[in-house]
Formats: sequence, structure tokens, C-alpha cells
Amino acid sequence: MPGILGKKLGMSNVFDKDGNRIPVTVIEAGPCAIISLKTREKNGYNAIQIGFGNKKKHINKPMAGIYRKINVDKALTLEPALIHKEFRVDNPGEFTVGAELTVEIFSVGEKVKLRGKTKGKGFQGVMRRHGFGGVGGTTHGQSDRLRAPGSIGSSSYPSRVFKGMKMAGRMGYVNVTVRGLKIIKIIPEKNILLVQGAVPGAVNSIVEILKTN
Amino acid sequence: MFTIEDISPIENPVEYPSFRSGDHIRVHVRVKEGDKERIQPFEGDVISIRGSKESKTFIVRKISNGVGVERIFPFQSPKIAKIELLKEGKVRRAKLFYLRGLSGKAARIKSKDLNRSSKKVKAEAEVESVVTEVSKPLSEE
Repeated sequence: MPGILGKKLGMSNVFDKDGNRIPVTVIEAGPCAIISLKTREKNGYNAIQIGFGNKKKHINKPMAGIYRKINVDKALTLEPALIHKEFRVDNPGEFTVGAELTVEIFSVGEKVKLRGKTKGKGFQGVMRRHGFGGVGGTTHGQSDRLRAPGSIGSSSYPSRVFKGMKMAGRMGYVNVTVRGLKIIKIIPEKNILLVQGAVPGAVNSIVEILKTN
Repeated sequence: MFTIEDISPIENPVEYPSFRSGDHIRVHVRVKEGDKERIQPFEGDVISIRGSKESKTFIVRKISNGVGVERIFPFQSPKIAKIELLKEGKVRRAKLFYLRGLSGKAARIKSKDLNRSSKKVKAEAEVESVVTEVSKPLSEE
């Protein structure tokens, strides 16, 4: 059982039995229907594809066609999902199309891996983006280089700036995986997971919750 | 689809007697020593209440052996056994962090005595309003 998709609802806290406060992220996860199975013979790799959420508007014809085919072939009534994701599995034959993955695939105390897209920070300088220290002080007549990157390379040799040089630029809005977060509480009737600690992404963003074993 | 407001991570949230910033309270804290549990009171002035729902907290400040001590308590903490309201304070702001810079007599909070009749409290309030009226024109000059 590889994982499930969810929506980050925000953060809160709970108390353990010793009275310690535990910060938790509240995630509405699943139910995720299995849309298709990918096999080595047919697709070159083993995976399951799952969908999360309900896409009510702007369903394009290819998407509608995919769902029509599933529903006719397997005699199901699946609605097009908001987002689809594939998870690699060893044996896709263990899964059936149309089956739902819910928060109950997890157990309290289990360590999980969470993947989300961080908040976009916009165009940021090197101090914020790469943790540079800035250039010197404001003495010796220097007045406007406090947050500058400093030298970006040597002179006539190599006469160019090396690739991958840390410079200012767009920061954030990248996929980040956080490992080893503990599941504190599961509310199956509301499809809610409470995970200890912070999770990448803004409120209402989509996160993947992956089993670690 | 839910919002975070629909989720209550803590079952049966506890309700405490309402108190405000400036009030003098006694918090009975459960202290674990080995496998024994006892209750330790922490008495002081409430200098701040912040947050909402399960993350709501309050800060109690007291002077212990001449040293200012502050403790932050979450309202929902299971370590709190009981909260007693001892004195209602008369303060004009919600956060009393300015008390940190004061000591001795200056760091006192004027209190409304809980046992005093409401009439007397009213009379006192009237006296005060007169005083402020008198002092007003002086300050304008």
C-alpha cells in the first residue's frame, strides 16, 4: 500500500498523555479511487494510479473518455478526480480498479513520508535564497552592497561563470518531501489525518502521504 | 470537504471560569514526580491571552524571590487541574508586557475586589472620573 493523496487544511495541536503539546498538521486525505493499474508488461513499470477530489467543472473530452471507459468496463460510477497521481508498487495485481484507498491504510504512531509543493516566495536575493552572509559592513565609504552576493568567480581564467552558481532567482514552489512524520490521530469518518509537525505547502494545497515500509 | 474549523482534534474541550488580562489567578498544575502526581499552585497575574480554540494560551506572571517568573499555559492542557480567580484587575490593555519593565510598587495592578459590593465599586469609579476631569485641563495647559 504505497500512499494516498490529501489536502492540507492547516495546523493545530493536541496533547499527549503526559500533557505535552504536540503540533499537528490537519490533512483531509482520500478517499482515493484506483483509476488504473500500470504493469511492467504493458507500461514498462509497475504502479497504481489514483485520483483524489471531485472535478466538477471543465472536464475535457479525453478525461471524460477515460472515465467512461473505466465505468463501462468495470461497471462502476466513478466521477472524474481533481488530481491524479501514480505510486510505484511491486505487484499491481494486488489492487483492483475502482477500489478506494482511505486513511485507514495508516495506523496511529506510524511514520510516514509527506510530499508537497512549498509556498512560492517569488524572486529572492542570495541571502534569503541560499543563506549568503551579505557583503561586509557599511564602512570605508561602502553604502549599498549589504545584501550583495560578492564575487561570482575568477577573472581571465575561466572567463566565465560556472554553471550552477548560486544566484538570486525564483524561490519556493518546488516539491519537498518530509520524512519520518508520525501519525498522531486518524478520524476515519471525516477522512482526517493528524500528522506531527509541519508539512510543505500552503493551506488547501495537495499533499502526498506515503507509507514508508 | 472540511475546513479546519470543522475538525476538533481535542475531544471534550475544557471550559474554565472566564478571566481576563490583569486578573490575579491561581493555576493548579499537575506535577509528576516519578510515578507520583501532586498538585502545585502557580499564582500570579494574567498578562496575556492569545490564540483560539485548542491553541489558546494565557501567560501568568509572578514575582518569585525577587525574580519575575512567567508561565505560558495552554487552556486545553491536561496539566491544569483547576483555575481559581482571586482578584479582578483593572487594566486598560489586553497585553500587560509593560509590567516586565516595572518592579515593586509600580508593578502592581489595581484590583476590583470580588467581595466588595457593586455599589462601592461604582462609587470608586465615579471618584476616579472626577479626578480625571480635573486633571484634564491642567494637562492641556
